[in-house]
Amino acid sequence: MASTLFDKLWASHRVTASDDGDDLLYIDRIALHERTGTIALNALAARDLPIRHPQHVFCVMDHIVDTLPGRGDDTQMPGGRDFIVSTRKAARHFGLRTFDVNDPDQGISHLVSAEQGFALPGLTLVCPDSHTCTLGALGTLAFGIGTSQAEHALATSTLRLRKPENLRVRFEGALAPGVFAKDLILKYMAEYGADAARGAAVEYAGSTVAALGIEDRMTLCNLAVEFSAFSATVAPDQTTFDYVHGKPLAPTGAAWETAVAQWRALRSDDDAAFSAEHLIDASRVTPMVTWGISPAQAAPLGGRVPDAQALDTPLGRKALAYMDLKPRQPLAGLPIDAAFIGSCTNARLSDLRVAAQLLKGRKVAPGVAAVCVPGSSRIKREAEVEGLDQVFREAGFAWREAGCSMCFYAGGETFGPGKRVVTSTNRNFEGRQGPGVRSHLASPAVVAASAVRGALTAPTELS
Amino acid sequence: MNAFDTHRGIAVAFLTHNIDTDAIIPSREMKRVSKEGLGEGLFANWRYAAPDDRTPRADFALNQAPTNEASILLSGRNFGCGSSREHAVWALAEFGFRAIIAESFGAIFQKNCIANGILTAEVDTDGIAGLAQWCADDPAQHQLHIDLRARVISGPTGKNVRFNIAESDARKLLSGLDPITETLADVERIDRFEADHLRRSPWVDLSTDDAGT
Ligand code: SF4
Repeated sequence: MASTLFDKLWASHRVTASDDGDDLLYIDRIALHERTGTIALNALAARDLPIRHPQHVFCVMDHIVDTLPGRGDDTQMPGGRDFIVSTRKAARHFGLRTFDVNDPDQGISHLVSAEQGFALPGLTLVCPDSHTCTLGALGTLAFGIGTSQAEHALATSTLRLRKPENLRVRFEGALAPGVFAKDLILKYMAEYGADAARGAAVEYAGSTVAALGIEDRMTLCNLAVEFSAFSATVAPDQTTFDYVHGKPLAPTGAAWETAVAQWRALRSDDDAAFSAEHLIDASRVTPMVTWGISPAQAAPLGGRVPDAQALDTPLGRKALAYMDLKPRQPLAGLPIDAAFIGSCTNARLSDLRVAAQLLKGRKVAPGVAAVCVPGSSRIKREAEVEGLDQVFREAGFAWREAGCSMCFYAGGETFGPGKRVVTSTNRNFEGRQGPGVRSHLASPAVVAASAVRGALTAPTELS
Repeated sequence: MNAFDTHRGIAVAFLTHNIDTDAIIPSREMKRVSKEGLGEGLFANWRYAAPDDRTPRADFALNQAPTNEASILLSGRNFGCGSSREHAVWALAEFGFRAIIAESFGAIFQKNCIANGILTAEVDTDGIAGLAQWCADDPAQHQLHIDLRARVISGPTGKNVRFNIAESDARKLLSGLDPITETLADVERIDRFEADHLRRSPWVDLSTDDAGT
């Protein structure tokens, strides 16, 4: 029978099926961070349960750790030090590889997984973090789990799961100048809504996706959880193999050849059936920005906030009040207080390059607080080799150490109540970046252009 | 975990769609490396005057009698979307919630609920509106009764609404067994699968130095 990419990934990891509809799925890799992972480790330790494959698990400090230069275990988040110290202790107890505060390979867990070759095509990978789906860009079946599930995966190398439905989202056509993966996915959510996937496993396909690099595919996959996908994957192709080749934990020599041969079969058969299929004409997408408090409340930057009738819902009214906007208000030109480039969504080298190109020879508008936080220490290093840090600094951006930083608020650093922030991150929920902070999600290019103008601005306007 | 079979309790309705786990418990309320002490942070942004001011907001249902005693929560589509934080479920449980009734759920949140013995009951739009209506007039009198085996929620006037839940989740809730113990009881099947799996794709195995070659 014809099968989809997801069918193949699932079938190759199904240990057993039970008659109540759950499968026991084998889990190849587990990533943990100091914010949620440590609770799982401590729970296992308290029950005296061993980790089945400690060498298939790593820990990283990304969420709570500060991103200010010269950082240590102390954090701006009250009590943050505890998270870091407990993680280190639990990781040592179980003998886990740890990317500690000042490890040269520290970074946001999902990026570390990719950089290390910990995530590979055809593997299953979980992390108690909803944006684990980012790694589907490599053809990995990667998904976020809760802490209880993390305990189960650590102790048994398996999870009990019901196989989700399978949705294909196709992007077709070439991108216009100034349009990026972030715009594609915001456009998709604006059209199909925040529960578009209804728990289904998503496969991204189409000519647009095939032409994207791995880092852009990661942006697409990252946002999948924002429209309630279980996971998102892109079939591995030559672009994937070129990316994975030479990563520290990737196979080498003869094993590499065998692996690639296996990975080439990881694609949906031509006649495979999906439970649903959605299509976006990518050639017509323009730079996007969110105006509300759900990532699906997005609109073309050249457009307006929806009209009063469309917003006459609890969520619509809440969004207008929280964001301090009016129906039909134009988005371009909306004054901003801050600009943030960071997160597992859009803080990879290619993102920093795009932003730097727009910032070169320009200055951040007076009064705008601008911060750039590379997604990993490795990305930071590579950016510095190219001199991108200089470009950011000269333009007036703060240049930080790697981590999640102000992608979310944990009681520490924030832009401040009422501040309007244009941000390359993935969540614009109420209070996500701090109490009262108004977040407008956009591509790094839109963030850079808006920082220069001091108002929401499309990158193509900046000439 | 707590087993779930039947439950009677006061219901509170938050009928907005897409209530995310950041709203259920804001990140700053996850102060310690612990599953405990989170109930106070439940819906903190809506429940208290300000992030640094714990004065209860009189207009919020969990601050009003009798819904401050609610053990059943009614909501719209995609409840618990967003961050995977199980803290959202621990906070709901600590407050006293035993069941969430909604049109649909965030996938990770839903599994977290089951893992903690909290029922997730799926009811269609009309059903939710009906339940909310029953409870609105007199929540203390109009308690809801949930029967998991029968998949039925009954209201004050003897009216019934059917709900959906996956068979496997219902089984887990009814048994209340620890899933790790259950899985490890039959660890040989994992051993057998794993041996095949690692033979087929040796690069998966990072336990030996020569895994990559
Ligand atoms: S960067 Fe933001 S979205 Fe990504 S893992 Fe960190 S907190 Fe989560």
